[in-house]
Amino acid sequence: MIDFGLFREIFQSLNKNKLRTILSGFTVAFAIMLFTILFGIANGFQNAFENEFAGDANNSIFIYSGRTSKAVEGYQTGRRIQFDNELYQTISEEFNQDIEFITARVYKNVTASFANEKSNYTVRAVNPDHQFIEKSEIKEGRFINSLDIKNNTKNIVIGNLVVEDLFPNTNPVGKYLDLDKIKFKIVGVFVERSEGSDSNEARIIYMPISTAQKIYGNNDYIDQINLTYNKSLSEQEAIAFGNNIVDRIKDIFFVADNDQSAVRARNRARENQEITQFNAILAILVLIIGMGTLVAGVVGISNIMIFIVKERTKEIGIRKALGAPPNSIIILIILESIFVTAISGYFGLLLGGTLLNSFDLRDYWIYDPGVSSSLVIAATITLVIAGAIAGYIPAKRAASIKPIVALRDE
Amino acid sequence: MGESSLHVLKGINLNVEKGEMVAIMGSSGSGKSTLLNIIGILDELDSGEYTLDGIEIKDLNEKKAAQYRNKFLGFVFQSFNLINFKNALENVALPLYYQGLKRKERQEKAMFHLEKVGLSDWSTHLPNELSGGQKQRVAIARALAAEPKLLLADEPTGALDSGTSQEIMQFLQQLNDEGKTILIVTHEEDISLMCKRIVRLKDGVIMEDKKIKQNRLK
Repeated sequence: MIDFGLFREIFQSLNKNKLRTILSGFTVAFAIMLFTILFGIANGFQNAFENEFAGDANNSIFIYSGRTSKAVEGYQTGRRIQFDNELYQTISEEFNQDIEFITARVYKNVTASFANEKSNYTVRAVNPDHQFIEKSEIKEGRFINSLDIKNNTKNIVIGNLVVEDLFPNTNPVGKYLDLDKIKFKIVGVFVERSEGSDSNEARIIYMPISTAQKIYGNNDYIDQINLTYNKSLSEQEAIAFGNNIVDRIKDIFFVADNDQSAVRARNRARENQEITQFNAILAILVLIIGMGTLVAGVVGISNIMIFIVKERTKEIGIRKALGAPPNSIIILIILESIFVTAISGYFGLLLGGTLLNSFDLRDYWIYDPGVSSSLVIAATITLVIAGAIAGYIPAKRAASIKPIVALRDE
Repeated sequence: MGESSLHVLKGINLNVEKGEMVAIMGSSGSGKSTLLNIIGILDELDSGEYTLDGIEIKDLNEKKAAQYRNKFLGFVFQSFNLINFKNALENVALPLYYQGLKRKERQEKAMFHLEKVGLSDWSTHLPNELSGGQKQRVAIARALAAEPKLLLADEPTGALDSGTSQEIMQFLQQLNDEGKTILIVTHEEDISLMCKRIVRLKDGVIMEDKKIKQNRLK
């Protein structure tokens, strides 16, 4: 049966000794608040790190070409490596197993005009898969599809900022846009999903790669190959996979194995690995500081409990003289301590959470800071137990001194 | 508190009957407080025996001692020893809480005893809102609340002016008239004369033990 009388006693003692209650409550609330803020900020850091690369699929590999820097098999240095459709075919077939999406890219700078508006943009001619690699979100209409590729259609998909520039008050889908005097039909509008990315991405104009190759140079050249690897690959496997592709391309173009500039790849797996390591270090750091905060809280609450028991020695003597058994004294003090720590721990959690949410820290690389409630509850329980232990030792001593000694305490 | 043994009481043979009102006199260091503490089970005796209401008080653990204090003894202290964050009624009800009484019963009983000391109008006041005499009366009500066999008063008038002292002593006499056994430790001659029997202690032994004609207060 619950002893309501005991709780009434505790509540009265807390209520009538407000300074004492606030003092011990403040220590715990402050420790938990610091703990919450600290872990929240650390989580915010991690989120920011993940967000930074959210513009691209996090399993992407971008492959670029350049000029050779090593002479090999009779070829001189400085030879320009030019990707083409055949290479694209080869790569997509040979590495089919581990490729999720793949696209080629051709770049072209154009002047676009609609009615009286005119501006310069970058055309990015791509395959349909590109949408999933860059994480472009279609707002209106559709993306480039395989029919566009097959028929070399003059269809384009434009970014939302192009719409803002050229079509302030009209729906652009279905309209025709002049790109360097050639008319293209707008079939879709996209927005960039990543928040951190610059506005340039939203000023891109997408075009079927086959159309671009035909119009701009009438060749089958490719500037870049972008792909995403199967998500089932581990970071190690993905790094090896990227290296294999680069090695294969080097073979095809007779490039020295150790030539760093002719064929290059930007592999997200590598960055992911760095992020993982960074996060691990951050986690350890936060753990150390978090534990430090908790230890400080534990020391604080212990000190206060010792002080409280000292202050209550006379009261304990009176209670004992009136017939309070020693256990009731210990329970009274410990339950009071548990009650205060639990309530103020919760208060500290709320305070920390509110503080975290009330400032926009995006400029400081902290995104969406937050703490799992189970972690904070664990921290609070730690403090509650610490408070109970810290209260138990002096309470036990106080309960065992002779009432006459306790009564003499002034 | 050192552990060195100091013989404060050196052989005391004292028998107090039911309904007596005894003053224990002596200068400071005579052992009168120690005697009171042993009688009050606030302290333990080293040798000898102490029988309270037919029960031998010996080698009690803390829990048992607390139980006996609660059941048999009521204390009145020189410095009142009220709990300062509890009001008069709650102070009086505290020993009843440790008796395990229900809240309603506790409050009724406490109120009854507050009425008895004439402070029912002051039941919700905190100790620091009461005068010295009122505090001591609350303390007496608290001592009586558990209906003890024996009321122990340690210099009950020590912190009070003479007028208030008279008032308190008169009330104690009245209680004694109703059959309560009362033991008062004091060093004031006039207080001792208001009791029915005076026991004088000096250096831990009884110098004198005599019944007197009580100085009645009216």
